[in-house]
Amino acid sequence: MGNIIEASGLTKRYGDVVALDGLDLTVPEGTVLGLLGPNGAGKTTAVRVLTTLLQPDGGTATVAGIDVIDDPEEVRKLIGLSGQYAAVDEYLTGYENLDMVGRLYRMGKRPSQVRARELLEQFDLSDAGDRPVKTYSGGMRRRLDLAAALVAKPKVLFLDEPTTGLDPGSRTTMWDVIRGLVRGGTTLLMTTQYLEEADRLADDIVVIDRGKAIARGRSDELKAQVGGERIEVVVAAEADMPVAREALAAVAVGEVLVDDHNRKVTAPVTDGPSSLMAALRRLDEERIAVLDVGLRRPTLDDVFLTLTGHAAERAAPDTADDGKTKPKTQTTQNAKELVR
Amino acid sequence: MSSITHALGDGAVVAKRNLIKIKRVPEILIWTLLSPIMFVLMFAYVFGSSIEIPGVDYREFLMAGIFTQTVIFGSTFTGVGMAEDMTKGVIDRFRSLPMTRSSVLIGRTASDILYNLISIVMMTLTGLVVGWRIHTSVPEALGGFLLLLVFAYSFSWIMAYIGLLVPSVEVINNASFMVIFPLTFIADTFVPSQNLPTVLRVFAEWNPVSALARGVRQLFGNLPEGLPVSQAWSLQHPVLYTLIWVVVILAIFIPLSTRQYKRAASR
Ligand SMILES: Nc1ncnc2c1ncn2[C@@H]1O[C@H](COP(=O)(O)OP(=O)(O)OP(=O)(O)O)[C@@H](O)[C@H]1O
Ligand SMILES: [Mg+2]
Repeated sequence: MGNIIEASGLTKRYGDVVALDGLDLTVPEGTVLGLLGPNGAGKTTAVRVLTTLLQPDGGTATVAGIDVIDDPEEVRKLIGLSGQYAAVDEYLTGYENLDMVGRLYRMGKRPSQVRARELLEQFDLSDAGDRPVKTYSGGMRRRLDLAAALVAKPKVLFLDEPTTGLDPGSRTTMWDVIRGLVRGGTTLLMTTQYLEEADRLADDIVVIDRGKAIARGRSDELKAQVGGERIEVVVAAEADMPVAREALAAVAVGEVLVDDHNRKVTAPVTDGPSSLMAALRRLDEERIAVLDVGLRRPTLDDVFLTLTGHAAERAAPDTADDGKTKPKTQTTQNAKELVR
Repeated sequence: MSSITHALGDGAVVAKRNLIKIKRVPEILIWTLLSPIMFVLMFAYVFGSSIEIPGVDYREFLMAGIFTQTVIFGSTFTGVGMAEDMTKGVIDRFRSLPMTRSSVLIGRTASDILYNLISIVMMTLTGLVVGWRIHTSVPEALGGFLLLLVFAYSFSWIMAYIGLLVPSVEVINNASFMVIFPLTFIADTFVPSQNLPTVLRVFAEWNPVSALARGVRQLFGNLPEGLPVSQAWSLQHPVLYTLIWVVVILAIFIPLSTRQYKRAASR
């Protein structure tokens, strides 16, 4: 099984800004690559280079063995793209948009019309299909744009933040659609801000920052880099801390961390549930009042934050208005402390 | 060969998209309908009553000039349309599709023929109302209208190029007027150019807009006997001279605009 997307040493600069700084990517045929990275990392730039929309300053890239720089026309026949911003015509209806795309892929009149209706149905847009896109909500445009990417059933699909702006229901629908496509043999390169999404859909993940890949691997491999499961206990009285520490040390496989300020004790474990039960029995025997207890697994958020420590800070200013940044969860904060 | 068929086929799809927009925003069309009427009335009554050329029915002479100027102004729609398109998300869609690069331009220039067609119809009707008449046969008259449309079409490609050069839609009107005003005023459009100072006269004589106006006058039978005749070859063979310009403009600006489109699109 060969790599259907191969990029090596891609560079692109805009004035002083280095958008891509020697990016290497490979995507085996029939798999899903999730491209993660903070705002401005170069995800969109990478997608635009691979989909022939942008000439890189340096490096090479091929899709299905075809060079994106030398032979963009041929590459365009094979790919489908849904960019970060919906590329649909405002004045056309949803149906007219899809039909137009079909005709531009040089599908026959009838097949193009049938395909347009089919996709409207699949993306829950049948009712709005004959209304101008001007009247669509943000999420509806997004869905239409994704539908447009699928018109010609492309072999290789590029989705730049495909579910940004979708409600939870639509997002789940989208995930189902994507899974269905991948089962059918489509290769997918997707970027996302939702780490859960990458976790669920991607076979491989590449984390990029400042135009470079800084980590790659399967989701569980990346999580393992950050650390395994751990037990966290918050006790009621500060005086109980040493005892709690002892209790956890008995089940821990590594160093136990004590956070006096928050009265929290954290212990890495291997066999999560039974270690947790053992720890709880000990705490109970010692009659220690526990406020909170939990088994935590590292999430991709942890990975993300560990690898790109500055991510959250850098993200904040430019995404305040579009809600793209995932709010920091309790888990991530815990993870950050753990990492320090 | 097949690449030309593809370019035309893709162009037709894009043209259809542009026409749908006119259908959805009919206001655009209303202004296209009204301004030629205004032009004809204004020129016919303001210029028509204050300018006199001995032995000539000036109003009849004027009509071809108004036709000429209006269709050339009409071609600025193409520049605006292209400049606007380039700011729209759908251009990214077009660029990711295996369509011919020139087809966005082919479609735009083709759908803009409609504007000129409509404004010609409006001007003809208004002209007839204010007393203008065609004195030739039907084929000659159709030839006159066709000459206007063909020239306006080639001019659209120049405007498309300008539309792709300017950084935003707001700039396009001023930029295109810089081209259009000298071309349409230093010409035989509204007054015969015989009395202009030498430099301007030579410019006017060889200006394709003069040839177009004169060609149209000829084809409509609106060239009165008493009019002084320029000896310049361009005005002795106005239809041929106009058509040569059409070919030259298309030969230069189709490739130039296509190249500019590719360049502008991959910024
Ligand atoms: N046309 C452009 N002109 C100037 N700078 C640009 C341009 N396009 C991108 N950049 C810069 O290149 C860098 C990478 O941008 P890119 O859009 O690829 O980031 P991203 O990873 O997609 O971010 P986000 O998560 O916000 O979508 C950014 O610093 C951006 O400001
Ligand atoms: Mg992006």
